[in-house]
Amino acid sequence: MNDDIGESARGPKRGQLPFAVGFLAVSAVLAALLWDQTVWKDGKDLFSQARFWPAVGVFGMVGFTALHLWHLPRKRFARPDRIEGRNWLFVLEFVGWFLAYVWLVPLIGYLPVTLAFAAALTWRMGYRSPKMLGISLLFGLAVVVLFKGFLQVRIPGAALYELLPGTLRNFFILYL
Amino acid sequence: MELLTEFLAQVQASSGILMRWDVGLALLVGSVGGVLIGAIPGVGPAVAIAILLPATFSMDPIVGLTVLLGIYGSSMYGGSIPAILINTPGTAVNALTTYDGFPMTTRGEARRALSLAYSSSFFGGIFSVFCLILLAPVLAKIAPMFGSREIFLAALLGIILVVTAHRRQALIAAAMACLGIWLSTIGLHPATYSKRYTFDQAWLSSGVNLIVVVLGLFALSQAFILLMGDDEKIRLTKLKGSFFQGFRELLRHPRVAGVSASFGVVMGMIPGVGEFTAQFMSYTYAQKSSKRPEDFGHGSSEGLIAAETANNAVPGAAMIPLLALGIPGEALTAMMLSVFYVHNVTPGPQLFQNDMDFVVALYLALLILNVLVVAFLLVATNQLVKVVKIPNRFLGVAILTLSFVGVYSLRNSFSDCLLAAGFGVFGYILKRLDLPVVPIVLGMVLGNIMEVKLRSAMARVKTPLDFIDRPIAAILFALILLVLALHVRRVILDRKQRKARAWSTSHASTSFAANLSRRRSFLLTERGKRLRAKRSKFSRPSTDES
Repeated sequence: MNDDIGESARGPKRGQLPFAVGFLAVSAVLAALLWDQTVWKDGKDLFSQARFWPAVGVFGMVGFTALHLWHLPRKRFARPDRIEGRNWLFVLEFVGWFLAYVWLVPLIGYLPVTLAFAAALTWRMGYRSPKMLGISLLFGLAVVVLFKGFLQVRIPGAALYELLPGTLRNFFILYL
Repeated sequence: MELLTEFLAQVQASSGILMRWDVGLALLVGSVGGVLIGAIPGVGPAVAIAILLPATFSMDPIVGLTVLLGIYGSSMYGGSIPAILINTPGTAVNALTTYDGFPMTTRGEARRALSLAYSSSFFGGIFSVFCLILLAPVLAKIAPMFGSREIFLAALLGIILVVTAHRRQALIAAAMACLGIWLSTIGLHPATYSKRYTFDQAWLSSGVNLIVVVLGLFALSQAFILLMGDDEKIRLTKLKGSFFQGFRELLRHPRVAGVSASFGVVMGMIPGVGEFTAQFMSYTYAQKSSKRPEDFGHGSSEGLIAAETANNAVPGAAMIPLLALGIPGEALTAMMLSVFYVHNVTPGPQLFQNDMDFVVALYLALLILNVLVVAFLLVATNQLVKVVKIPNRFLGVAILTLSFVGVYSLRNSFSDCLLAAGFGVFGYILKRLDLPVVPIVLGMVLGNIMEVKLRSAMARVKTPLDFIDRPIAAILFALILLVLALHVRRVILDRKQRKARAWSTSHASTSFAANLSRRRSFLLTERGKRLRAKRSKFSRPSTDES
């Protein structure tokens, strides 16, 4: 089965239909909410209305996606679409990893969570040699030292750091 | 002449800015970092710039922009290394380099190919900076002629060009640009103080942050792509000797290098066109004008020069619409625009009038950057090639770890991270389906510009024709009509070609069952029987019947 390249459109055929249908459905819902989510103020001209540009956006999304759907080479759901859909779901595992990382940093601290995250995800991806795990720990340490210690990006001190004794506590909150 | 003298005085004034230690360090970090990022396939400058953006907010505008400009300008140098050595472009725009670079490696000329790529890139980069410097006084004179309606029309032209540049995907690109426009409207409307699409959620009142979207669409999605993919086995060619020979060889092809750099500058200035078109045009020109066109795609030095010169001439030129009009032409310059905004520096006509020192300092930084990058590559290539070996999925781990810094350091907000993760999944799906991502970012940036400028322009317009009664507005409007007309023409021609192709090919099914059925009907026809009888004369007669 030739499922790689469409005749009239670029890119693979698999997954195009579910994507277009899903995007059109979301766009249509957003377009239907236009009157509820924006206001029209009498006495102002069309281009100054708060509703004008959101309308351009949502109706453009609906119109162009509908035309895109109309021009798709295959308009029936097939097995490759289901396989592709499953692939989209699998990626949610890494979204979970990322959100867990975000959730844990303010609780446990940027340095310990980054070290644990880098090493655990490296392990999960199949690099289980001491060398790769060591590299992942070094990488985590370098990221924390560079961004929080050197570039002073705004990442708050963790709740756990409060338990540390005086000077060490300040150092950890400021630099790690 | 007077303009030039004035400009040279500006250069002298601006050089003081570049003498600062922090600017020098930013140049060094940006150039070396950009080469490294470019050399790792699967990372690319968009990911790096997206991650580093929030870190640059605490820096001085010139320092922050120099780092990002360094990454933007030097990543393509680095991207040529894996393109030539392992047939995998380091950045997307190095794809054409693989055509002639890798065949040269396979015949044992890797060093020559790399050396040619460096020298061509250097020439392209320097050429575009000189064009920028020469154009600066002219731009300073023209830029004030751009009022609200001209900037609105230029932004509209930019968005149309970005959409139409996506051949055979213009409809979905337009839908994505509209998504960007819609995203830019979320939050409080500044003119009426009314909420738009906030769904009564406090965290949406201030709108959707461009950097959150950019980090999701570029960095997180790329991390997901790498984590979900497989590692590739890479065998590297050993490199020995110096890399200077390419500069001598480049001198033998001044025409190809000059024309390709010019294509790069012109295409870089036009929003939405960029490196791909510039490369394609210069490569086609080089092939058509070459004495040995058959060598192209099989290790032609002219092909390599054309591709590398054109793509490196673009970054310098892309700064022209960004600085002069405040209109980004592609995703990377759109990201840089947010750095300007964070520091309350508004690119556009006023910047040229009030802060020319800053503009000239940026130009000079670009110039020095190219020299630094080439010097670094000439010395460190042998060590640098090792970064190509970093496994893909480990890179995914690294990008995911770094993306956290980018998103979380903005406002320490969990909802920002959630939104970025959502855009990451959306970007992942778009990349899997080979659908355009860039129009979303440009839709967000240009949509915002269009909304503000149209509102202020319409205050002084009585009839629709008043909108285009100034010369620049009329030219821009004519250009919009021309681009749309050309696009419609191309769509009609494409459709005709597709129809002709469909008529010329057989409609017979290729499925196994259909093949069996056709075979059976053929065997049962009279002609089939006749043919079998004829063929049996050449084979030994069966002895079963006797």
